Amino acid sequence: MRIESTKEVRVSETLLKVDRLITAFDTDAGLLRAVDEVSFEVRRGQTLGIVGESGCGKSVTAMSIVKLLPQPSGRILDGSIRFKDRDLVHASGAEMRKIRGNEIGVIFQEPMTALNPSHTIGKQLCECFLLHKPMSRKEAWQASVEMLQLVRIPAPEQRMHDYPHQLSGGMRQRIVIALAMACRPDLIIADEPTTALDVTVQAQILELIKEQQQALNSAMILITHDLGVIAETCDEVVVMYGGRVVEKAPVEEIFRAPRHAYTKGLLASMPHLDTPPKTMLPVIPGMVESLQNFVRGCRFCQRLQRQGTSTLERPAFVEISPHHWVEACPLCVDSL
Amino acid sequence: MSTPLLHVQDLKVHFPVRGGLLKRTIGAVRAVDGVSLSIAAGETLGLVGESGCGKSTLGKAIVRLSSPQAGRIVFDGHDITHASQAKIRPLRRDLQMIFQDPSESLNSRQSVRSILEEPFIVHGLGTPRERQQWVNELLERVGLPSASADKYPFEFSGGQRQRIGIARAIALKPKLIICDEPVSALDVSVQSQVLNLMLELQQEMGLSYLFIAHDLAVVKHISDRIAVMYLGKIVELASSEELYRNPRHAYTKALLSAIPVARPGHQKQRILLEGDVPSPINPPAGSAFGHRINHPRYAETMGMDLSLKEIAPDHWVAADPCCLSEEDYALCQSLP
Repeated sequence: MRIESTKEVRVSETLLKVDRLITAFDTDAGLLRAVDEVSFEVRRGQTLGIVGESGCGKSVTAMSIVKLLPQPSGRILDGSIRFKDRDLVHASGAEMRKIRGNEIGVIFQEPMTALNPSHTIGKQLCECFLLHKPMSRKEAWQASVEMLQLVRIPAPEQRMHDYPHQLSGGMRQRIVIALAMACRPDLIIADEPTTALDVTVQAQILELIKEQQQALNSAMILITHDLGVIAETCDEVVVMYGGRVVEKAPVEEIFRAPRHAYTKGLLASMPHLDTPPKTMLPVIPGMVESLQNFVRGCRFCQRLQRQGTSTLERPAFVEISPHHWVEACPLCVDSL
Repeated sequence: MSTPLLHVQDLKVHFPVRGGLLKRTIGAVRAVDGVSLSIAAGETLGLVGESGCGKSTLGKAIVRLSSPQAGRIVFDGHDITHASQAKIRPLRRDLQMIFQDPSESLNSRQSVRSILEEPFIVHGLGTPRERQQWVNELLERVGLPSASADKYPFEFSGGQRQRIGIARAIALKPKLIICDEPVSALDVSVQSQVLNLMLELQQEMGLSYLFIAHDLAVVKHISDRIAVMYLGKIVELASSEELYRNPRHAYTKALLSAIPVARPGHQKQRILLEGDVPSPINPPAGSAFGHRINHPRYAETMGMDLSLKEIAPDHWVAADPCCLSEEDYALCQSLP
């Protein structure tokens, strides 16, 4: 069933194309690349998952797209981000403000920091409509109540007068989703939208996001470290390590036939419900290097402390089988 | 069965709710409301449930970081329910705790050496030279370089900080460690390393764990038996294999079905729960879960005895007509 839908998606229009994006931060140790030539595209109706450990650059990639990088240290050095027919890299602040919240909705991980604690839910939702749509206050209020209904908040009229701290974590995340979806965006970026929530609430929220995405036929970028969430919601997966994409493939392919050693390691280290209890789990040795120590070559080889030429030159990014791309380090990928 | 290491009998932990002009007690948060469980030497008991179900409060009550209103806690033959702090202190050698967020549970102004030395000093053990030796051994045991001793917690990654937390907990060679979400804040690859370390330590030192978590795959992996908690009460308790293969309680079934499965295209019956956990202030009078799912038989359960029954060997479940199949409920009623 999934396979059919992916095929259908392939013919649909490319909404976002990120090409060789380089995002760097000014630090005491110099200009450090947190995102190092990352490329991918997202089509309408499609969900792209980005996975990787903390510090692999997945959130920085997302924040580069909406230009919400920490200022003044973060900036896009090179590459292009084409959204519809515009180049976001060179878009001005004013243009970006029109796009964010209107054409691109963002769902952040921690709803308490994404919401303003000193304004009511109603005010924050209305603001979104008033900023982007030609609506009167009354219409905006009505539209906001409808949004709350849509994300299944009980008694929405009353909740409009509540402040964020009066709601539970799951409810707050629904509000953030309502905010992100309010202006019917073409692209939704969800950065760990369910990480802080219980499994039961996570299931509700993911269902809700998927439902809204389908209703709007929008594209979504879902950033998470939970491979279970990826398997259940995404069409295509980008695996990041050390600021680079090490593997990119349709979701069935990533889980059925991962090619890069890092992807294999990630998949193996996760306990499943059917792994024998109280046995040692396979681990990925070593740990993620800090940015300033990264080598030019294969960074996973660096982590495994492999000596040799693989850490000197950056491996090429090749299409190893149809739609399946991998960073072709001879030591990390078998039978190249 | 021989005498368990820890025996908790009908434990209740309530917190007063104050309100009104005179800040009088107007109610109580029934965080833990009649919990009985036991843990044998060398055993891991998993404790799962949504946030707000009282699992952390239960853990804290066992190490007497919060005081119970009623019930009994017997640890290693000592009744510690109402023991004074002075009486508990010697027992704390055998009863330790690991917290969720190692960056908050480690004093950021203490070096790792002084963090790890402190338990020995508090209990008047060893000379400075011996203690130095012990700290080095501890660091080596949890897989940190001995040079770490002079660093401060912020210089470590999340996984390494959790290793420091574990080193501190095992310093005095305890018998039981209460682990409150020890791996929830960690990346999958780091999570598997920490889980492996905990399993190794258990084998070497014959430790018992009470493992509190909301990630059911992790809990299943590390536990011998699992208790499922809902709104201050245990609703099901069984060996981990049995609980996953053959859950009886509707809440356990819903929890299990909510876990995302890392297998794309995997079809399953997801039981979506509406809403959040009800507030433990003035909880429903009858079956709490029956109330949440609006079960037609909820009215019957008001004032009913919903205590655990042994429905199969070592498989205990709350005798609740709202949450069991008809056969299971009939079976429960035939039991003493």
